[in-house]
Amino acid sequence: MAISDTELVPTNGGFVRREFLPPQPPPVRMTGAFGWLRENLFSSAFNIVLTILVALLLAWVIPALLNFLVIDAVWTGENRDACHQAVQGRPIGACWPFVWERLPYFIYGSYPIPERWRVDLFFALLAFGIGWVFWLDAPRRDLGVVYAFVILPIVSFILLHGFEAIGLRVVDTVLWGGVLVTIVVASVGIVVSLPFGIALALGRRSRMPAVRLFSVLFIEFVRGVPLVTVLFMASVMLPLFVPPNFEPDKLLRALVGIALFASAYMAEVVRAGLQAVPKGQFEGAMALGLNYPQRMRLIVLPQALRITIPNIVNNYVALFKDTTLVFIVGIFDLLRTIEVARIDPKWAAPVTSTTGYAVAAIFYLVCCYGMSRYARAVEARLATGDKR
Amino acid sequence: MSTDLRTDSHPPRVALYNNPKVRSLVYQVVLCVIIGLLIYGAASNAIENLRRAHIATGFGFWDNTAGFDISQTLIPYAAQSSTYGRAFWVGLLNTLLVSALGIVFATILGFIIGISRLSKNWLLAKVAGCYVETVRNLPLLLQLLFWYNAVLKALPDIRDSFKLGGAVYLNNRGLFLPKPSALEGFGWVELAFLAGIAGAIGFRFWARRRQARTGQQAPVLWVTLGLIVVLPLAVFVLAGAPVLFQSPQAGRFNITGGMEVLPEFVALLFGLSIYTAAFIAEVVRAGLLSVSRGQIEAAYSLGLQPRPTLRLVVIPQAMRVIIPPLTNQYLNLTKNSTLAVAIGYPDLVQVFTGTVLNQTGQAVEVVAITMLVYLFISLTTSLAMNIYNRRVALVER
Repeated sequence: MAISDTELVPTNGGFVRREFLPPQPPPVRMTGAFGWLRENLFSSAFNIVLTILVALLLAWVIPALLNFLVIDAVWTGENRDACHQAVQGRPIGACWPFVWERLPYFIYGSYPIPERWRVDLFFALLAFGIGWVFWLDAPRRDLGVVYAFVILPIVSFILLHGFEAIGLRVVDTVLWGGVLVTIVVASVGIVVSLPFGIALALGRRSRMPAVRLFSVLFIEFVRGVPLVTVLFMASVMLPLFVPPNFEPDKLLRALVGIALFASAYMAEVVRAGLQAVPKGQFEGAMALGLNYPQRMRLIVLPQALRITIPNIVNNYVALFKDTTLVFIVGIFDLLRTIEVARIDPKWAAPVTSTTGYAVAAIFYLVCCYGMSRYARAVEARLATGDKR
Repeated sequence: MSTDLRTDSHPPRVALYNNPKVRSLVYQVVLCVIIGLLIYGAASNAIENLRRAHIATGFGFWDNTAGFDISQTLIPYAAQSSTYGRAFWVGLLNTLLVSALGIVFATILGFIIGISRLSKNWLLAKVAGCYVETVRNLPLLLQLLFWYNAVLKALPDIRDSFKLGGAVYLNNRGLFLPKPSALEGFGWVELAFLAGIAGAIGFRFWARRRQARTGQQAPVLWVTLGLIVVLPLAVFVLAGAPVLFQSPQAGRFNITGGMEVLPEFVALLFGLSIYTAAFIAEVVRAGLLSVSRGQIEAAYSLGLQPRPTLRLVVIPQAMRVIIPPLTNQYLNLTKNSTLAVAIGYPDLVQVFTGTVLNQTGQAVEVVAITMLVYLFISLTTSLAMNIYNRRVALVER
């Protein structure tokens, strides 16, 4: 662009432009898709090598996954022959007819077929409770908490276990299995661990030495040992500790173990929340003349629990994954039903195991990922609420 | 209008049941009594139940002959002559072996992934994020079963095993490697290795002193590597490579000789390392993000290059945040190694709380011993962590 004489003004010793030039757009290479690629993928020799390596890895993993789950998968069939490479004469991916046939077993275990509506009803009531408590804008969430932590456990017990007086046949817990047991174990852990965890956390911060001592002993002991040993203790030692004529149910023993374990971990999460409440809040509550239960219920716990919701939910994610360990003491949770089904001779094929594990993986991934997304959303919401 | 201001210094008279001190004492006594009654009830029931079932009590079983085989033993063990106590030590050593190796691999993988998540390379960061989200949201037991049943057990059997140079075999019975055995003269290599470590420590000390005095830096990393790796290697070559590799021999039905790595061990090591690495990656990421931007900018403005900035400014501060949760993850890995029982790796729980408990029936003693072992490991680690924390804690005004 030539500069005309009229735009330049002579000053002493040179010429100065009077008007700004319009800014030029950045070079094409630095903007748009091309610029983005350059900035984020190919900014240096090292980065180029990394990008190529990662792309190669993806090119290896993604087609393999797609092939297994969709392209080479078998969608219909009657028995193992449908999923055998030698019989079909082509590479075989996931064996979906096996899953389809065994799906009721994966969900209900051996729960009697005419009674399975009770399990469905339980799932529906549970979903309703979860929605009520965890949807932050739901109406009357205080009632929701009462529903989830008091009414739902009682109703579920009557519904699932049975109650002859109102015509519900008793279904022994050895028949329970699959997703039902996974959900029951996780729910019991969740429902029991919160109140017990709060009590233990308050006990640990109490001024009474005996209360503090017992709380610390319990929390540190349970957190110091693996869950497997707690479950072993619950399943082999608990029957010894109760009177001889009272033999606790196998599922109940596992539930006791899970509940103890979850409470100790929950106590530490709640304690972190309690420590985050400023001392002035305690003192202010005292100055108002509130007694200890009132101080905790009205002033301290609402604040402490609110800021720990994300951590509580993360703790629930860990608990949900840990429920798989009841497998080891012989409870038929989802993973165990899959273990049983995958060695069934009717469907014995090289891909059966992997298919079964893929189903379990999808189930746990959806549940756990959903919970952790929820925790993050709450965290973000609390962060905006606290911004001044 | 009358004002009733108390001027006397006596505290107001309250009823005894309203006195906070009395109340707290009563609460505590009640709690102690309840817990005492629970313990007493449990203990008396246990004694009664054990007597009825004719189960012995006490630790006498420790010296009885075990009579069962263990598939992996780091110390000499024989089913016919070894005791339950010996079986305990075998199991404990197996637990420690898999935990120690798992910690090494999980740390390496975890640091790589944690740093990758913060990489400027978009693709790498996303893939690392995907890894963390997937692995953290799948139960460890599922991952172990997958590695063991779907991957390792699906390998070909012995006749069709993968061979690598006629010395390494991989099949569904495990991984068979050449077994090294030291010949005469290997002692010199060990000596050189020890000397290298001592030399490296000495050099480090000297370099730090010199830097404090003159400001000159010494190539500590390269000298350390040279002393610890190159020096023993050189001695190894000079001594004429005094190691004999005993290759495994493939028969029709069996592979003899060599070193056998159990598929259970491989599956457990894989599962534990991959699972814990995802958690370590998050710890590392949080630690690196905790170093404020101003620290890095200040280092740049002092004229430090990016590499020394990372080494001298970012990493030391990040480590303070990383190490406590990292230790926690190490403890979790050790505790999670008990899942070995699901795939049959002979760790402490599988051998002791599984087989020994079933054979002796002495649930209380066996479970108590197992718990005490893990409790000991946990408590000593957290004690060490507290001491470390006190040492590195920021000294504030």
